[in-house]
Amino acid sequence: MIESSALNLKTRSNLWRAVRIGFFLAVRDIKKANKWATALIIAVMILTFLNLIVVSGILVGLIEGAINQNKERYSSDIIISTLPNKRYIDDSANIVKTIKSVPEVLNFTTRYTEKGVIQANYKNRTRLTDLVDSAGGLVAGIDPVIENEVTGLSKYIVEGEYLGPNDTDQIMIGADLLYKYSPIDSPGFQTLKNVEVGSKVRLLAGSSTREVTVKGILKSKVGEIDQRVYMIDTEFRSIIGRINFNVNEIAIKLKSGADVNAVVSEIKSLGVDKNAKIQTYEEAQPKFLSDIKVTFSILGDLIGSIGLAVACITIFIIIFVNAITRRRYIGILKGIGIDALAIEVSYIFQSVFYALCGMIVGSVVVFAFLQPYITVHPINFPFSDGILVATPLGTFTRALILFIATMVAGYIPARIVVKQNTLDAILGR
Amino acid sequence: MIKTFNLTKKYQSGETEIMALNNVSLELQDGEFLAITGRSGSGKSTLLYQLGLLDRPTSGEIFLDSRDVLKMSEADRTHFRLSELGYVFQDYAILPSLNALENVILPLLMMGFSKKEANEKAIFALERVGLKDRMNNYPSQLSGGQQQRVAIARALGHEPKIIFADEPTANLDNETSKMVLDVFLNLHKEGQTIVMVTHEKDFAALTDRVIELSDGKIVKDIKIKK
Ligand SMILES: Nc1ncnc2c1ncn2[C@@H]1O[C@H](COP(=O)(O)OP(=O)(O)OP(=O)(O)O)[C@@H](O)[C@H]1O
Ligand SMILES: [Mg+2]
Repeated sequence: MIESSALNLKTRSNLWRAVRIGFFLAVRDIKKANKWATALIIAVMILTFLNLIVVSGILVGLIEGAINQNKERYSSDIIISTLPNKRYIDDSANIVKTIKSVPEVLNFTTRYTEKGVIQANYKNRTRLTDLVDSAGGLVAGIDPVIENEVTGLSKYIVEGEYLGPNDTDQIMIGADLLYKYSPIDSPGFQTLKNVEVGSKVRLLAGSSTREVTVKGILKSKVGEIDQRVYMIDTEFRSIIGRINFNVNEIAIKLKSGADVNAVVSEIKSLGVDKNAKIQTYEEAQPKFLSDIKVTFSILGDLIGSIGLAVACITIFIIIFVNAITRRRYIGILKGIGIDALAIEVSYIFQSVFYALCGMIVGSVVVFAFLQPYITVHPINFPFSDGILVATPLGTFTRALILFIATMVAGYIPARIVVKQNTLDAILGR
Repeated sequence: MIKTFNLTKKYQSGETEIMALNNVSLELQDGEFLAITGRSGSGKSTLLYQLGLLDRPTSGEIFLDSRDVLKMSEADRTHFRLSELGYVFQDYAILPSLNALENVILPLLMMGFSKKEANEKAIFALERVGLKDRMNNYPSQLSGGQQQRVAIARALGHEPKIIFADEPTANLDNETSKMVLDVFLNLHKEGQTIVMVTHEKDFAALTDRVIELSDGKIVKDIKIKK
């Protein structure tokens, strides 16, 4: 009993001594090392760290950006929409009243929608058999002021102007319906070729036809917006002949800090779900987004792992070359009685030094520069304004993996060299 | 201090067997300065490595300070080398990344001395070899003789029972060799036990006792009277 605890104490103090000596040697080796070589190794570690954090961060951020946009620009926190097989939300007036009664609700916007067609060249078509320049999409009737309060729709005007409250004979048109922005010309999906701001076009919706002027073009990277035509709700109701006040969509914005799921269940409990579909912004996302998000994060980790392996091999080679060129000194150290463990620890400290430098500089680059910069200047992907998603926990986990991996990558070659016969090493045979 | 019985070291070299040491029995008193001489290939280094616990003989017995060192575990031998023995090699073998003082401090720290104690002992050792004023120099900033004296300071910093030196002056010019040898002679005067391999007859003559090896056997054992 006593003997074993004494032994324990002895091995503990040996370990402590090995760490102390290892640190002593490592600090001096690093100080004396070639500055350029050290800088290069640290650069490899920084790039590895960035590779681990940034690649998956951008891939995930690309989707996160799309999800955020869908929420911010279209669905808001909660979206209430028409049940399948219904033309509109029955009893909309009551639902609106209910929504108004919920204290967490900050604001909401209602939309009337109906399928419609826009025709452009109906005037200068020379022969009746010529193809009509037309495109189909969902037409939404909105209150432009309230819609803008809730979703900030006016920010996504890329040409022309946003609708004013009295622009009864004007429309805004989504960029996806215009050949200029969406150069698709397939039999199944046509875009308008001769339409720009100020063009007079024919709007066919319900059973009416109305000549309107294009006031603005919307481009938001959200499909639900860019494939639509917008006009003033009162005018739209008269075109489609909706005599009641039943709407098709209600996008609800909550006060900040409100629990979206709690509000959804509250609204449901008030009986709204009898006549309408109620979804949180997450539920209302296009399904492909959440699928890609998982795929992309796996892909990011995969690319990161390759980087990690490269970093490990780099460290391995560096330490191995370092140790093998100093094989004789290692032999002499062992010869004069320095613990093999102490020598191994000195190499572990060296690789840890490289890894830590890389991680610290890398973290500063990510959190002080890249992330804030990309938040202000999102990466312009076709369907998303990509941000950089890097959570402290995710970063910490990756840093820990890199740290442990480099420790092992430094230890193994050191061990291989240190394990060699002392006298052989001293004599260089 | 040192006792060996029938120390034998054989090397297998293809078909032939080389007897690097052939039944060497030797006794060395505390405080003696022993010079090992002999032609190249006679087994001088081999004997030194066996005595210095850097190698294990094929057969025979070795006692250092009355301890049967061949029965020790590898860890105990390492610890014995650290605390009881000191080494000086032909080509100095001090670490290039450490300055003179740090080279001497290193084994002292390994022994568990505090930074302060280790520092004091190291400075004292450097003083004994006459290098106190160069203690902050790196090996690259020191001459061969100075580097060898740092190596000696490293070997004696912890006041070892025996110092082993394998041709410590072989790489040095005559004058510098003399200076290094003087360091050994001074240590010996203060009672240090030293075993030194040397080619130089003149240097061997300055020690207490000279043994000559030939084909792994002691062929001469001369006590020098002063
Ligand atoms: N690892 C080995 N394998 C085979 N033979 C060896 C080995 N080491 C030494 N020998 C042989 O043992 C003999 C003694 O070698 P040792 O190195 O002790 O000689 P030495 O007296 O120190 O010579 P020198 O003055 O040249 O240093 C030599 O014949 C040498 O070739
Ligand atoms: Mg030799």
